[in-house]
Amino acid sequence: MTPIGRDPDVFPPYLYEAYRGTIRRAPEAPLVEFRPTLSEVTGPGPALSAVAQEDSDLTRNAGTGAEAIGERIIVTGRVLDADGDPVPGTLIEVWQANAAGRYRHLVDQHHAPLDPNFLGVGRCLTDAQGAYRFTTIKPGAYPWLNHENAWRPAHIHFSLFGTSWLARLITQMYFPGDPLHALDPIMNSVPTAEARARLIAAYAHDVTQPQWALGYRFDIVLRGPKATPFEPFESAAQAGR
Amino acid sequence: MTRLGLTPSQTVGPFFHGMIQDGANVLVTPHTRGDRIRIEGRVRDGDGAPVPDALLEIWQANAHGRYRHPADRRDVPLDPTFIGFGRARTDGAGAYWFETVKPGPVPFPVADAWQAPHVNLAVSARGLLNHLLTRIYFDDEAANRTDPVLQRVPDARRSTLVAARTLVNGAAVYRFDVVLQGRAETVFFDL
Repeated sequence: MTPIGRDPDVFPPYLYEAYRGTIRRAPEAPLVEFRPTLSEVTGPGPALSAVAQEDSDLTRNAGTGAEAIGERIIVTGRVLDADGDPVPGTLIEVWQANAAGRYRHLVDQHHAPLDPNFLGVGRCLTDAQGAYRFTTIKPGAYPWLNHENAWRPAHIHFSLFGTSWLARLITQMYFPGDPLHALDPIMNSVPTAEARARLIAAYAHDVTQPQWALGYRFDIVLRGPKATPFEPFESAAQAGR
Repeated sequence: MTRLGLTPSQTVGPFFHGMIQDGANVLVTPHTRGDRIRIEGRVRDGDGAPVPDALLEIWQANAHGRYRHPADRRDVPLDPTFIGFGRARTDGAGAYWFETVKPGPVPFPVADAWQAPHVNLAVSARGLLNHLLTRIYFDDEAANRTDPVLQRVPDARRSTLVAARTLVNGAAVYRFDVVLQGRAETVFFDL
């Protein structure tokens, strides 16, 4: 059986001091291990997908009848498991700053304009091949208070449920060629360059639509059901009946 | 077989509120079967300060102990009014709450072993580069003494996973605080 657990070459540590927010929030005691049970090999993904309302065009979903300001882009890709199999029908949620680098959120006091025609939130489901597609605008970079003259590189937040509680992933997608990558402690909390590269979308000219929008491709790989033992639960259940 | 590298986790950040729909912390309808309960508490950091920007997500079996998921193929009833997933964000005081039903016991992957009723909890926040996984058990369950997962937790820390029952105007309220760091740190799992 494939070992379960977070690969330390891929997943950030909880404590990463360059990102100051981790210093008082990272757990200090050892995490407790156990073999996944029915509680972990199940998860809300399939049930949520069945009731999800798709809302994948962030340039037009503010309900104002008008279009968001900014550089229109298409972000598309596939959701796969570690065996390379597609994860079909799974819910993806995205949220992001507007073109000026401002979130529609009370806590965001960045001195940049809000766009009344941009909510910055979208949802879609992967198709039978695991493919998804959003239309949005390219988010702006924005300042934060982590260190002197700190700026977050442009990014889109992604949330995925996958097929099990252990497949749950919350991450961020970055744009290629951004000089802020090297300066960003959140991105650099990912320990290896190989793993960091998986957070950066590729410019995709075949996705770009003439006279309309630039295209980016971003594939996402989740922990899959094959890493978890299903069979013993049926026998346990039969023994329990 | 090709193994693909997993996509790394990044923090949920402080700006996720737009994706949490109103009522996401109420898992039940008036028709949901089982004992109605409220789970509430606060999230605190290593200084004991409230965490006002946390996302809590729960996943649980229904009152019969059945998960709404294709991997749970047991002959135990589903409840059409109950998915078993909820989301809450903490308020300015770090407080959260869920309205749900008490889950039934679920099997453990060893024949004849059972897990005590529990709710699976994932905590995300600014400053957490990966979400944290833990469980909420209930202090009025005798089955806690034999729960195989609780047995893996050192004695002195086990109480951090057990919610305390009170009655408020006749309704069952379970108190479950999450301490991210330091003394009384909640037990989190490596899974």
